[in-house]
Parts: sequence; structure tokens; C-alpha cells
Amino acid sequence: MAALDDGTPLFVQIAEQLADDIVDGVLAEGARVPSTNELAAFYRINPATAAKGINMLVDRAVLEKRRGIGMFVVAGARDQLRASRRRQFAEQYIGPMLAEASRLSIDFDTLMALIKEPTLHNGGSTS
Amino acid sequence: MTPTIAASGLSRRYRDQIALEDVSLAVEPGTVTGLLGRNGAGKTTLMRIITGQEFATRGSVQVFGQQPVENDAVLRRMVFVREEQAYPDFRVRDAIQVASWFYPNWDAALASQLVADFELPLGRRIRKLSRGMRSAVGIVIGLAARAELTLFDEPYAGLDAVARQLFYDRLLGEIAEHPRTVLLSTHLIDEVADLLEQVIMLDHGRVVLAAPADEVRGSAMTVSGPATVVDEFVAGRAVWHRERLGGRSAVTMPGPFDQAARTRARAMHLSLEPLSLQQLLVRASGTADEKVSA
Repeated sequence: MAALDDGTPLFVQIAEQLADDIVDGVLAEGARVPSTNELAAFYRINPATAAKGINMLVDRAVLEKRRGIGMFVVAGARDQLRASRRRQFAEQYIGPMLAEASRLSIDFDTLMALIKEPTLHNGGSTS
Repeated sequence: MTPTIAASGLSRRYRDQIALEDVSLAVEPGTVTGLLGRNGAGKTTLMRIITGQEFATRGSVQVFGQQPVENDAVLRRMVFVREEQAYPDFRVRDAIQVASWFYPNWDAALASQLVADFELPLGRRIRKLSRGMRSAVGIVIGLAARAELTLFDEPYAGLDAVARQLFYDRLLGEIAEHPRTVLLSTHLIDEVADLLEQVIMLDHGRVVLAAPADEVRGSAMTVSGPATVVDEFVAGRAVWHRERLGGRSAVTMPGPFDQAARTRARAMHLSLEPLSLQQLLVRASGTADEKVSA
């Protein structure tokens, strides 16, 4: 699989990829999710691994199985995912940012100024 | 559920040489298992015993719950594709025809498709084929047999990267549409890593690792950064390997690496890099006193 390899199990990466697509609106609520076989072929992974990733999202009530048709994005899934990601945001992004800032002796005011800098706000381009 | 393959205390000796030593394992139905190890680790011997072509010196193996040796009911449910498979003086067409008579689930349409995919010349004699082409004949038979148990022993000698990718894609498609149990031995570990559900590593005839691929992934990491900080991080934990370059050090260590450990590493500005299956094999092999456990 071409995704970032940080040692995260593949099925978790599959689940995260699908969750990304739901958050981004690529997979709309009510839309059919690619089947395990489609995911397996696309990412070149074992179908059982793909199924595990999908089941992870079923357990979190993000996807639901409609018998004989396939897997679908549950209504409200996008808001649910966004809410849980907001809860993780500080730990995943702010924590590491503050750690790197302190390593570079960037004080809080400078950091805030950087965050407010307009060039960062269009897709994060840093040029 | 009865495991498709169940081996218990298998040993195999050739005169004074140990090929397999006390191998116990179970392969569950419908899974894809990688049988990994260096040359001479015992992979082929194990596959030959599973397919009833060789006897164990000690221990037993059951396939579909039965003894495989001279057991037609078992042997017809499995296909074994060997490295450098020898064929009688056949044309490609004949080899495929004969295989189609033997395997009850043979899919002729799939065989034709695969022959076209690998651009195999049906009318040519197999011994006149290149090594890669001969390997492709084995792959066609192994996949088109649609046998409940499919064993590939280093199936792609001489196949180039494009043909190997074709094999992986077809194998994935096949197990998705027609699930079956696959045991695949290979040197090209990182190429197949994502296809595997289970991993069995042999070293000097012994099983050094048998675990779900998910657990093996990220089961060991290389932690690197300033030596003093790395030392602080690894204090009190098992360490496999240390390297130092000036004030930096890189330490390879077994997991577990839970979220807390990752967060701690990040807070300490250390980088964590997972070992690939290939690197794990290198670590697990040749160091008899160190066992890998996922």
C-alpha cells in the first residue's frame, strides 16, 4: 500500500482513508462505500484486511451494512467523525507543533503570529 | 473450525542434517499465509511434507483434518506449485490440459485468460521456455486449479517485476472472488507483505515467528535521535540492535508501541521507524538466542 508507513496496521489505515473521504465529502452520507474486493484490488492488499478496516467503521457506526447491496455511509457520519477528530486535534497536531516550537526556541507570541500569517491559509502553501 | 493445515511437532532430518525441528503450526481456512525464511530454512521441506511428498521424521501433519500422504481425497483438494517445477516433455498446452483433468475445480476460462496475460506460447515445449515463462506456467496452473489449498513455493523464478505484479493482482482477484487457503513462500518479502494475513517465519528449521500480519507490522521499531535521549527512551526495555554515529544512536527494539509510547517518543523528539517484514526476518534469522515475538 502506498500510504504513509508509520507501523499502523493496514486495516487501520484503510479505515482512516475511508474516514478521510467521508470528512472531505468524497464519500457522501448515504453513498455506497467501495466493497472489500474493490478496496483490496485498489490498494493491493488482502481482502480480509480491507474487510477489517470496513468493520472498524461499522463498529463505530460510521458505515452500515445493507444486506445484499453493500456498505453505506450512515447519516450523520460526517459530523460524528468531525467531532471525534476535533477532540484528537490538540493531541495530534498542536502537541507536536508546540514540541517542535520549543525545540527551535520559538516563543508563544511568534508562534501565534505565524499561525495568523495569511500565506498559510491558502492550502498551506509556504512559499 | 478445523485448520486447513495443522502440524504438530514436525521434525525432518537428512542423515545428520536438521531440515525441520519441532514445527507446530495451524493455517486457518481462507487465509493467505506467507512462509518466510532464508534459503535452507526448511520452507520447501515443510511444503513437501504438507503435500504428502515427504515423510516427517517425527511429528504429524493433517491437511483438511486428514493425513495427506497417498490420500487422494486430500491431494485433489490442493495444488502445489514448486520453484523450478519439472514437467514431462510437454507443450504448454498439454501441461494445462493435464492439469485441467486433475483438479476438480479447474477454471478453463481463467486458465486461458492467464495464458494471455503472461503471453505464454501454447504450442511451445516447456523445456524450451525461458525460466520466467516456465514459472508462469506454474502460476497459471496454480491459480486456475482453484484448489481449496494452494501452495506456491517461490513461484516466480525469472519473472520480472511487471509479471510479478500481474501475479499478485491475479492472486488478489482470485482470493477475493473465490476464497481459498494460500500458503506462499518467497524471498521477496516486502513485495508480498500487504497480501498476507498470517506470517510464519522459519529459521534453521524452527518456527521463529507465527502471527497475524497486522500484529507483525510495527511490532518492532528503530528509535533514533540523540544517543542520551534514545538511551533514556529504551531504558529497561529489550533491545535487539544498537548503532551509533557520533552523538546519534539508532536502537532497534521489539514492541509493543502503544499510543503512549509513540507520544512519548514524539515528545522526546525521537523518530520511530517500523521494521519491515524483510528487516524483521533479518533480525529473526541467524540470531539463535533472540526470538521475535509479535
